[in-house]
Amino acid sequence: MTLRDIINKLLRRQPASASTARERLQLVLAHDRSDLSTELLDQMRREILEVVAKYVEIDMDEGAVSLETEDRMTALVANLPIKRTLNGQIKLIEHSDKPKESSQFTENIDSNS
Amino acid sequence: MATDTRVILVCSGKGGVGKTTLTANLGISLARQGISTAVLDADFGLRNLDLLLGLENRIVYTAQEVLEEECRLDQALVKHKQESNLSLLPAGNPRMLDWLKPDDMKRIVDMLKEQFNYVLIDCPAGVEDGFKNAMAACQEAIVVTNPEVSAVRDADRVIGLLNTNSIKPVQLVLNRVRPKMMASQEMLSINDVTDILALPLLGLVLEDEQVIVSTNRGEPLTLNSVNSPAAKCYINIARRLQGEDIAIINPLEENSSIGAKFRRLMQTKIF
Repeated sequence: MTLRDIINKLLRRQPASASTARERLQLVLAHDRSDLSTELLDQMRREILEVVAKYVEIDMDEGAVSLETEDRMTALVANLPIKRTLNGQIKLIEHSDKPKESSQFTENIDSNS
Repeated sequence: MATDTRVILVCSGKGGVGKTTLTANLGISLARQGISTAVLDADFGLRNLDLLLGLENRIVYTAQEVLEEECRLDQALVKHKQESNLSLLPAGNPRMLDWLKPDDMKRIVDMLKEQFNYVLIDCPAGVEDGFKNAMAACQEAIVVTNPEVSAVRDADRVIGLLNTNSIKPVQLVLNRVRPKMMASQEMLSINDVTDILALPLLGLVLEDEQVIVSTNRGEPLTLNSVNSPAAKCYINIARRLQGEDIAIINPLEENSSIGAKFRRLMQTKIF
C-alpha cells in the first residue's frame, strides 16, 4: 500500500485506476492460464469436496477452491474447513469467529497448456 | 555467410500496440550499428512494414514469388535507401494465407539466415495461423505490450504459446509509456506489467507524438529524429539486444520538478 492509497482511503476517494487494473488482470489471467471456466471450476470444487468428504467430515458450504497466480505458475488453492475426522475426533474449534482449522493443499497446474 | 544469425519474432497478440513500428526502428538501429539486418513482414493479411520504412513503392517481388520460385531471394529483397545494411522482405498477397504453412516460413527464414546477422519477423496480430506460421521460423521473441489491461492480457496468451513451443529467450518491450499517468498511478507501472507477465524487460518506449510524424513520412524515428524520446528508447533496445548493458530509464524520474518529487513520495510503499 502506498502513501497515495492511504490518503485515498482516508478521503474515501476511489483508488487510482492502476491498482484496479492490476487486480482485474491478475484474476482474469489466472482463469485464462488454466483454461477453466467458472462452471468447470465449480464442478471441480464439488468433486474435490466429495473426495475429501470420504475421509473427513467437512462443511460442504464453506469450502473454497480458487485459482491463484504468481510468476506464470497457477496454483489451485483449496481451503476446506474440517469438522471432524470420521473416527470421531472433533477437530473443529467451538466458536466460529475463531479461525477454523483447515486443510489446505495446493496443486500446480501447467500454466501454459 | 552468417552462421550465428539471430531470428527474432516481434509479436504482441493484440493489434495496434506497436509491433511494426518497433520492428522498423530496431531494423534501422541495428543496421546503423553496422549489422546486416533483414526485416520480414509476416503479416500477409495487413502488411504495413513497407509503409513505415518508406519502401512501399520499391517492391517488385514478395515472399510469395520467392516461395513459388518465380524469383530469387535477392530480387525480392528491398534494400533501404539510406541504410544499406537493412533489407525488407515484403509480405506477399493475402491469398497466400490459404496455402502458407509453417514450413514455408522456415524455408524463407533459412534463406535469409545465409545473408544476414539479424532477421526480425514482424508478426501479425492474433494467435491463429498467421502467428503460428511466424512462430515456427523464429528462435527467440520480443513481446510488445502497452500498459493497458487488454494488451497485457493478450500478451499473456502469446507468452503461453511461445513457452509451449520452447522459444527462448522471450523478452518484453513495454510500449507507449506515459510517465505522468504512471506517476499518478492511473497507468499500470513497469513492475506491475513485468510481475504479471514474468518476463525480463528488454526496454520501454515512451509515448511520443513524433512516432506518428515519422510514419506519415515513412522515415522511422531512429533514422532522422534520433533525439526524440521514443527514438532514444528504440536505440537503447537495439543496443541491449547486442549485449550492451544500458540501464532502463525510470519513467518516474523523467522530470525532476517538485511535482514529480511529490508524486514519487506518494508512491512510496508504506506496507
